[in-house]
This record gives sequence, C-alpha cells and structure tokens, in this order.
Amino acid sequence: MSGTYLGMPAFPEAARTAVRDATLRGNLRHATHTIRAKRAKAVSEVSDWAALREAGKRIKDHTLRHLDRYLVQVEEAVTAAGGIVHWAADADEANRIVTRLVKETGESEVVKVKSMATQEIGLNEALEAEGIRAYETDLAELIVQLGKDRPSHILVPAIHRNRGEIRDIFRSEMSEWGRPAPDGLTDTPAELAEAARLHLREKFLRAKVGISGANFVVAETGTLVVVESEGNGRMCLTLPETLISVVGIEKIVPAWRDLEVFLQTLPRSSTAERMNPYTSMWTGTTDGDGPRTFHLVLLDNGRTDTLADEVGRQALRCIRCSACLNVCPVYERAGGHAYGSVYPGPIGAILSPQLRGTGSEIDASLPYASSLCGACYEVCPVAIDIPEVLVHLRERVVQGGPVIRHGNKVVLKPAKGHAAERAAMRAAQWALSHPGALRTGQRLASRTRRLHPRTLPGPGRAWTGSRDLPEVPAEPFRDWWQRTRGGRDGAK
Amino acid sequence: MRVALFLTCVNDTLYPDTGRAVVKLLTRLGVEVDFPMAQTCCGQAHYNTGYRYEAEPLARHFSDVFKEYEAIVTPSGSCGAMVRELYPRMGERARAEGRGGTLAATLAPVVPKTYELTEFLVDVLGVTDVGAYYPHTVTYHPTCHGLRGLGLGDRPRRLLEAVKGLELVELPGAEECCGFGGTFAVKNSDVSAAMGADKVRNAESTGARVLCAADNSCLMHIGGTMARLRSGMRPVHIAQILASTEGAAA
Amino acid sequence: MSSRERILGRVRRALADVPRDDAPYERAVGRDCLREHGERTVAETVELLAENLADYRAVVHRCTAGDLASTVAGLLAARGSRTVLVPPGLDPDWLASSVAERVPDRAGSTAHELDRIDSVVTGCAVAVAETGTIVLDGSADQGRRRITLVPDHHICVVRVPGQVVSSVPQALERLDPARPLTWISGPSATSDIELDRVEGVHGPRTLEVVLVDDQSRDEVRS
Repeated sequence: MSGTYLGMPAFPEAARTAVRDATLRGNLRHATHTIRAKRAKAVSEVSDWAALREAGKRIKDHTLRHLDRYLVQVEEAVTAAGGIVHWAADADEANRIVTRLVKETGESEVVKVKSMATQEIGLNEALEAEGIRAYETDLAELIVQLGKDRPSHILVPAIHRNRGEIRDIFRSEMSEWGRPAPDGLTDTPAELAEAARLHLREKFLRAKVGISGANFVVAETGTLVVVESEGNGRMCLTLPETLISVVGIEKIVPAWRDLEVFLQTLPRSSTAERMNPYTSMWTGTTDGDGPRTFHLVLLDNGRTDTLADEVGRQALRCIRCSACLNVCPVYERAGGHAYGSVYPGPIGAILSPQLRGTGSEIDASLPYASSLCGACYEVCPVAIDIPEVLVHLRERVVQGGPVIRHGNKVVLKPAKGHAAERAAMRAAQWALSHPGALRTGQRLASRTRRLHPRTLPGPGRAWTGSRDLPEVPAEPFRDWWQRTRGGRDGAK
Repeated sequence: MRVALFLTCVNDTLYPDTGRAVVKLLTRLGVEVDFPMAQTCCGQAHYNTGYRYEAEPLARHFSDVFKEYEAIVTPSGSCGAMVRELYPRMGERARAEGRGGTLAATLAPVVPKTYELTEFLVDVLGVTDVGAYYPHTVTYHPTCHGLRGLGLGDRPRRLLEAVKGLELVELPGAEECCGFGGTFAVKNSDVSAAMGADKVRNAESTGARVLCAADNSCLMHIGGTMARLRSGMRPVHIAQILASTEGAAA
Repeated sequence: MSSRERILGRVRRALADVPRDDAPYERAVGRDCLREHGERTVAETVELLAENLADYRAVVHRCTAGDLASTVAGLLAARGSRTVLVPPGLDPDWLASSVAERVPDRAGSTAHELDRIDSVVTGCAVAVAETGTIVLDGSADQGRRRITLVPDHHICVVRVPGQVVSSVPQALERLDPARPLTWISGPSATSDIELDRVEGVHGPRTLEVVLVDDQSRDEVRS
C-alpha cells in the first residue's frame, strides 16, 4: 500500500487531534448528517431492499468462493473482446506494469478516473518518480491533489474540506497545474464545479492515456463498469487512445444479470441517488469508439491473504459505497485521516489491517476504532458484519496466531502493548469463574467506597478525564439478595 | 415459570438498585424470580476486546448456572445480545477451529431463553402497562446492542408510554451510539468523550430531566459525562422507572 | 512462476475450506428481488420516467411523432445552437425543421472539434422509469460515446412507451453487453462539496429528453 501512510500514529492519537479541530468536526458533521438522511430516503423507496442486500451478499460470496475460476473467466472474456490482461501480485508490480504501459505509449501525462485501487497502490507517486504526471479528474480528488492533501473518505475524498477551503485551494493552486481559477471565484458549489470544469477540460481533450479502476467486472462477458457522477469518468474512459484499468480481484461478479442488484444498491448507498448520473460499461475495445488499446491489470495486493481468513474474507464483498463511513459516529468525529489509509471508516478499520497486516502501530489500533455500535452493518448493502470482523481482528492483535501474509502462512505473536491488558483480562476471567472471588472484590470495593478518588491516575485517566466515576454502592446486589432473601423479608 | 434474574456483573457491583427494581417489578407482575448466586459475568468484555478464549469459560459457567431455568431475564441489552448473538458464534468458531461441537452444545440451551427485560415484559408476559407511576419528563436512549443487536424496536417506548405521570419526549439523534462501547471508552477516550458530550447535549435539548435507557453500562458513561458537564439531567435505568409506583419510588 | 500462477495459487490455497460440491451459481445466488417496484400502467410508467428524469434536472419534453421535428428545432433554436452534431444513423426527419448546421460525426473528428459544436441530438437504446435513466448503446442513431459527452447540450429522443422499461433489471435484459453502454441519469453532477448535489460538471450540462409518442407505430409494451 502507499508509503504515504507508513509511520502513522495509532488511531487514538490521530483521532485526538481531529476531535479538537472544530472546523473539521463541523465539516464532517454537516456532510455526514446531510447524506445520512438522504440515504435513508433513497433506500426506503425500494421495497425489496432486504432482498437486494441479501442477493448482493450471496453474489459476492459465491464469486469469492470460486474466485480462481472467475478470474480465469475474466481473463478469457476480456482477451476475446480485444483487451490485454495483466496480473499484479502486489502494489509494486502493479505500478511497474502501469508505468511500463504508459511509457510504451510515449506519453508523459495521464488522466485518471477516481480509483481506490490506484490510490491504494500509490500509483501517482510511482508514475511521478518515472517522470509521468497523473492528473486526478474527480472533483474531490482534484481538491486533494491540488491541496497536497490526503483523501479522507472513499466517495468524497475531500469531505474534510468546506467550500471556503476549497475556494482557497483552487485560487492558490490551480495555476500550478494548468488553467488558473477564474477571477473572483466565490465559494458557491456551482462556481467551484465550473472552475474544475474549465481547469480539467484542456487536459481531457488532449489526453492520450486514461487510467481507471472499476466498480465491477463481469466474468461472463468481460464487461467493466465504472459508476460516476461528474462525467470525468466518461472523459477518461472514452477520449484517450489507451485505457489502463487497475482492478482489485474482488471486483468480479459472475454474470451480466448480477449488475441488476448492484446498480440498484450502490447509488442509493453512496450518493443517495436513485441512480448516479453516469455509468459506463465497456467490453474490450470497440472499433471506432473509445480507446484502441485496453489493458486490465488484476490486482492482488493482500486480497488473497484476506480471502484466506474465513471470518475476515467478508470484507472483500465491499463495493466501496461509503455508507458505513457516513453513518459511523467514530468516523464523524475522528475524520478519515486518523485511519491512516485510503480506506477510512468502519470498512477501512477491517480492510487495512487485513490488506496490510497488523504489524504497524496504526494497523494494530484500527480494529479498536469502533464502539461496535453496529450502525455500519445495518447500512451495508452487501451485509458485511463489520463488528464481527473488528472483534475477530482484535483477537488477532491480542492473541496472535496463524495468518497468511503475501501468500505464506506465518504465525503472529501477540501484539506488544497489550501485555497488561491480557494479564488483567485473564485475572478477571479467573475471578469471574469463581463467584466467591467476585464477591470478595465487590465487598472490598463497597467497604472502601468513601476512599475512592473522583479522578484516576494512569490508564484510568482515560475514563475520568471526561467522565465522573459511578459511586460504589454500600453493598452489591448479591449481598442484598442474600440478606433479604430477595426482598421477601421486607428489609431495605 | 422459573425465571432467573441475570443481573450482570456491572449491575451487581455498581447498580444494585436496578436489580432490586427488576425484582420488585417482576414480583409485582406475579413472576417468581430467582437470583442464582453462582452467576458472574457473560464474558462480553473479554469477547469484544479480543479475548475469545478467555470468554469461553465464562460462557460455559453462565450456561451451567442458568440452563435449568425456563427463562433468563437481564436488564442489559448488551449482555442479552452477548448470549443470544455471540454465544452461538463462539460455538461456531470453536467448531471451525477443529475443537468440535461441545462448546456449541454447552451454550445452546441458554440462547433461546435469554430475554432482555423489556422483551420479557412485552413478549413473554404480554404486558405494556406494568402499573407504574413516574411523574417526570423522560427522554429515551435506545442503546446500540438493544436496538440493532436484539432488535428491541419500540418495546421500551411502549412500556414507557404506559407509565402514569410520565411524559416521554423525543431524543434527537436517538439511534446514534453514546460512545461507551466497553473498552472503547478508554482505548479511544477522546472520540468516546466527544460522542458522549454530543449525546448529553441532545438529551438536554429535549428539556427532559431524566435520560432513560435499558443498559447501565451506557448510562454509566452518559451519566458520568452529565456529571462532569454539570448537566441538570440524571440517568435512570428503565427498570427503575417501571418499578416505581405511586407513593413509592424505586 | 508468473504472477498469474502466483495469484491463482494463492486463491486456491485460501479457499481450501470451500467444499468441492459447493452450491453452483444458480443455487448460491438467490433471485428473490423484484423485477420492478409497484404496479403501474404503461402510461404511468412513462409518467414516472418523466418525473424521475426531471427530478435529476433533465429537461423533459413530450410530443407526438408528427411534432418531433418542430420540437427538436424549437429546442435548438431556444438554446441558440448554430451547430448540431448528428450520429450517422439518426432519422433525418428529426432535424428536418431545424436551421442549425448539421455536423456529421466522423471517425477523424478530434475532441477539440467536438468541443466547438453547440448541441448533439441522439436516440437511445432504452429508458428506465424507476431511476430516470436513459441508456445509449452506440447504435447508429446514438453514435460514438464521445459525441454525447463533449458538446454541452444533449437532446435525447426516447420513443415512448416502446423504449421504456420500469426497472434496472428489465433494462439489463434489453441491453447487449458487447456494446459500449452509457447510462445517463440527468446531466452530470457532483456531491463532492459538502456532500451536497450540484448539477453540471464535465458532461453536457444541459440534458433535454424528448419523449415522443410512438404508439401509432409500435405495439404497446407493458
């Protein structure tokens, strides 16, 4: 995955900064609350939502369970339709393939459709290192690129920016990359969109190489699908002579008909629309229409490792809609950057530690970046039980055990930093397996209750920094029960 | 009917009043309640923090203590969800790990007969008016595991609406998590505190003096936040409201 | 070992737990979803299409087959279009009343040339009522994908009710995946600023959809 995120602090530290940033809190609150209500309405229009969700889940599960067969089928179908298929085991290999393909065209710039896969592998940086400039053309990606920023949301990577900040970035940075922002640019969204249109238009019209991802690849037909809103996708997919699509191997659906499910669930879950403005579908190349050369790069980069985990593999069902981010109370307050990955929010908290492993501080902390409230699971259009996978990954962090990394079995040691917790959990487990021990502890707490401080030192400060402790009662319930025989004695 | 009160370790230790309220309420409704003294903890904190193997003996112990009863009632949505949702999953995982079906078989008997209190009242006893009197303005926070885990739906609301003297007011953003989340509250204390403060602000905006929920873990967090923010509101467990009668507050 | 073999090998090892007799596609994938939502008459389906198109800021016009040429001419005139791009197989009658200069699309036309043309008029392959979507499939009356992308004004003629289906599942049944397909639901838009929808970014900022009554010619389809 992109080197940009190496050395990120653990989630709690990164989130602490975000929580105290009033502008960021306001931006995120406004945006997520806007989309939550809209999504609920868009979903309520479809009476068979539960059936669509179940169908999406089953299609994806079936595909994943037979992924080897469907990958080969994709390769055959795309090749038969005039495309060229490449296989990339990891980010470096994918970057090498794409760089080589661009160089073979003789071009030194490319236009890009918003793509999570190319963000994940750090393609822009890899191209830059080889003297190839990649222009992001999605409005939010453009804002991030111009602002030398990092994406903080799957669907709207610049969600952390408000209109005023976007205007300032356009005014100061557009001229560095091409056509400057119009004079007197205000912060109305329509004017900002117009500025982006003017800025990018010359790039679209002269582009010779386009780079995209895909939302879906249909194995039966070899068809790729890109779902978008602005038309930048259509520009990149149809005007250049060469199109290179980098697609995670989990994006496959078996049959053409399967699109009927996802074309109903994805737009409603992501932008809360009945249908997004533009969806492009292409199968190989078409004489006289669109790119003459089409390359499909199938990307693993940790996906097969994820597939090997019987609990965690459900994360590969994800269709990148962002509904879980928009509904997540933790995301709303911590912001996307705290997740240290191009995949933020609840889905990021289960994807990143699987795609990258739990070795780094940030990845080991992500499974804990949730109160397990379940709102993510409730809105997920492919029914990924995110809380289940979070708890599963917590186990991996604290208990270690066998996992697959880069296709090989390794045995993880329990993560450092959890030793005290582990000891406490084991002690508690012992005490709680012995009712007498529990009772002794309860009585000790009750007897000393007048001595308990209102604020705690050390790790306890994490509680008492913002909350009072509950008062310990004069006697635990079990003592009252025994003393009064369940209140039958009439004693208080 | 032999009904066992599974009070939960948190309530037993810190909130005995809730336990007494449940006993009073169920007794008033003609239910004979037992409190098996050997009960301890369902293992939820262990399980959700990643200590599934440590949670297993606690789950076995739970089953040993409660399996002979006809119904197991708990005034906690999250502990109820632990038994109902996660015990079966623990059994499945043990099987998937090649440890056979004994854990699943041990836990199976308690799963279908464990009820959260409001579920037990509405679904098993078939009552919504429990004869309570509580002359206060109350706002209700549906806790996550009750709402999304157990699917309690409008049961708590129906019970509260039937309480004499009680005025129930709508909590804005009611379905959003309060930020407790077990060890989340300390592992991610900044985000947890921000969520708690927002919950308290929303509660205060209702004008109610009492915030009611069906889970004391969440109320410990919300109440602790209220106290720290010097809010005039107080947290009250739904059992204590339902147990209150004219002239005798629980 | 090639990366192809490496990845396929990893996949197979990862799936060691999947039984050999795992349910085949037909059984594994349930089909409990509705083919369409709600019951409507043909006229109501067309009405729903018009409503949903308009809801996403497409400008909807309705006319009879006899009025089509004058309707299209009126739209081009109202826009002040001096040039109109014509796909190779467009029915010449549709533009018979317009004074705008007809520019036939040629394989050699560059994107810059297309950018200087005011409007484009096309037919469509199918229209989806529930979502307010028109789908182009590159047929002769629709032309290459770029001609409905670069000009800023797109007039799309939909024959109703013949080309209208209720739902996405029904639309997919009618389409040929081998053709390049573009699904269009209103003019381009973005939600990238504060997750608020703004219409008009890179694609045609004005989308006009003419629903032309074809009942005189085609049999009514439900």
